[in-house]
Amino acid sequence: MGAPVQQNDTKTFEADIDLEKPQKAAPRVTYGETLVALGHENPDIVVLDADLACSTQTQFFAEAFPERFFNQGIAEMDLINTAAGLSTVGKIPFVSTFAMFASGKAWEAVRNTIAYSKLNVKIAPTHSGISLGEDGASHQSIEDLALMRVIPDMTVIVPSDSVETEALIRYAAETQGPMYIRLVRPNIPVIHKSSEYKVEAGKIRVEREGSDITIVATGETVYHALLAAKHLSEQHQIEADVLNAVFIKPFDAETLARSAKKTGKVLTVESHSILGGLGGVVAEALGEHQPTPLKRLGVQDKFGQSGTGDALFKEYGIDASAIEATVLAWV
Amino acid sequence: MTDPKTHAKVPFNPTTLEALTTRLRIDILQMIFTAQSGHPGSSLSCVDIIAALWFARMDHTPLDSDWVDRDRFILSKGHAAPALYAVLMEAGYIDKAELPTLRAINSKLQGHPASKYLKGVDVSTGSLGQGLSCGVGMALGHRLDHRDARVWVLMGDGELQEGNVWEAVMSAAHHKTSRLTAIVDRNRLQIDGSTESVKALGEVAPKFLAFGWNVLEVDGHDFEALAKAFDQADAWADSSDKPTCIVANTVKGKGVSFMENQAGWHGKAPNQQQFDDAVAEIEARLAQFS
Repeated sequence: MGAPVQQNDTKTFEADIDLEKPQKAAPRVTYGETLVALGHENPDIVVLDADLACSTQTQFFAEAFPERFFNQGIAEMDLINTAAGLSTVGKIPFVSTFAMFASGKAWEAVRNTIAYSKLNVKIAPTHSGISLGEDGASHQSIEDLALMRVIPDMTVIVPSDSVETEALIRYAAETQGPMYIRLVRPNIPVIHKSSEYKVEAGKIRVEREGSDITIVATGETVYHALLAAKHLSEQHQIEADVLNAVFIKPFDAETLARSAKKTGKVLTVESHSILGGLGGVVAEALGEHQPTPLKRLGVQDKFGQSGTGDALFKEYGIDASAIEATVLAWV
Repeated sequence: MTDPKTHAKVPFNPTTLEALTTRLRIDILQMIFTAQSGHPGSSLSCVDIIAALWFARMDHTPLDSDWVDRDRFILSKGHAAPALYAVLMEAGYIDKAELPTLRAINSKLQGHPASKYLKGVDVSTGSLGQGLSCGVGMALGHRLDHRDARVWVLMGDGELQEGNVWEAVMSAAHHKTSRLTAIVDRNRLQIDGSTESVKALGEVAPKFLAFGWNVLEVDGHDFEALAKAFDQADAWADSSDKPTCIVANTVKGKGVSFMENQAGWHGKAPNQQQFDDAVAEIEARLAQFS
C-alpha cells in the first residue's frame, strides 16, 4: 500500500482541537501500537493477519511478540477460523486484514464459527470504506457495517480517530464476545483528547449540541460533521447536534431519538453504502422510536472507484462541504 | 475426583468398542427416525472413528468439561451430529433423555452441533470446510501455553472440495502443528453421488503428503487398525514437526445393509418399516456380543 506508514508522533493526544487545522494521526498505527502495549500487559493476546501486516500495522506486534503472531497468508477463511480455534483455548485473538476481505470473503466464517459460537475474537480490519482510495472498488468495503450488523451476538464498533481507536481496542480486549472494529487507511484528524476520553459501551457520543438539525456520523466522517457544524454555526447561525455513532451495534436509539425529537431533522454521514449501515440503523431506530424526516449521505447504492481519499469523499458527497450544502438546502 | 485423564476411557478392546458402536448405531437411527430428519449415512460411516477417539484415545472428562488440558475434537462434518451426540450421551456429556429431541424446537441437539448448547463441543460446525482451521488455532494455542493436549479434527471426504480445507492444510504444515491430527472419513459418497463423479478427489493421501503432512491410510471400521493409526499419530506428535492426516476408508451407512454405499441415505430419515428393519439387523448383530 504505497509509502511506509509513519509512526504517530505522539502516543497520547492532548493538543487543543482546531477543526480548521487539525492534528492528524493514523488509527491503524495507533491500533498497532495499542496491540503491542496490550501484548505486554496480557500474555493471552494473540494477533493474526493475512499477508497485510505491513498495511494493517499488526507488524509492530509481530516484531514485539513473534511467537504470538500468526501470518495465515492470503487465506481469509483460514484466518478467521484459526482465530476461532485460538479463542477456544483461552487466547484473545485480534484479527486484521482489509475490511473488504474480513467482512466479505470471510463473512460466513465470522457468522457460523465465531458469532454462532459466541467466541471471544476481535476482528479489527483496516482500509474500510472509500478512503482506502486508489486501489478502487474491488478493495473498498462499503457494505461491511451492514454485513456485520446483521449477525446475531456481534458487536460493531467504529472509532472516529486515534484516541478513540486506542480506547476501543482496549475496551475490546477487556470485554468478552465477538466484535468487529472498523478502522481506516488514512491519517485522519484527531478530534478527542486522550486524557478526556472514556468509552461508554453501546452509547452514542454527543460531540456537539444544537437544536436545528441532528447530524449523525460514524468513524472518519465525524470530523467532517463537526467541521460542517462549525461553519454552519459561524456563517449561518445554524446549530447542529453532532452525534458520533461509536457503536453501530448495539445501537443507542435512545440518544438518537432524544436528539431527533429536539431538532426534527436527521442527517446521516458515512463512508459506507447508505443501505444497511449507519443510514440503515438510524432509519430503523427513528421509524420505531421517533419518526423524523431523514436524509442519508454516503455511497448511494453504487460502487466506489479509484482516486485519493479526499477526492472520493468529495465525489461521493460525504465531506464537510457536502454536509454543509445539504443542511443549508434543508434547514 | 476421578482422574480426568482416565475417567471416560475404557481399556482398549476392539470387541468392546465394536459392541458399543453397534449399540450407538441404534441410538443414531432412533434420533433420526424420531426427528424424521437427519443424516444417517454420514453418521454411520464415522461413528466408529468418533467412539474410538472419545472412549479409547482422548483425555477428557464430563466431570470437568472445561478442563484446560483436555484433548479437543472437532466434528468438521457437522451433519454427522447424531454420531457425535450418541457418543457424548454415552460419555456423559449429554443427558440421554435428550435423545428424542434431535432437531426439535428448543433442543440442545441442533441439526448441526452448536457449541453454545453443548459441553464437549468447542466450536459450532455445519458449514463444511471450517473445522480444520479451528483445529490449527487450538493447536497453536496449546503450544503457546506449553500444553501437550492433542487436537483431532474429523472431516468428510466431500468436504475436501471446500477451499478453506486446503488453506488450513497449508497453515497446519507451515505452523508445524504436529499435535493436530485430521481424519478424513473417506466413504466416497456425497449428496449428489460419488465423490469421483461430483468433483473427483482422486487419491487423498498423496495430496496431504504433498502439502507436507504425515499420512496414514486405514480401514475406518477396524478398531485395531484405528488404534494403531492413533498410536502412530501420537508418536509423530512428539517426534515430527508435521501434522498427521489419517485417511479412514469407510462405508457410508455402515451397519445397515440397505443403507450401505447408497448416496441416497446421506440425509434422509427412515420410515417406520425401514427403521424397524434397520434396528432388527443391528440387534441381531448385537446379540452376538452378549
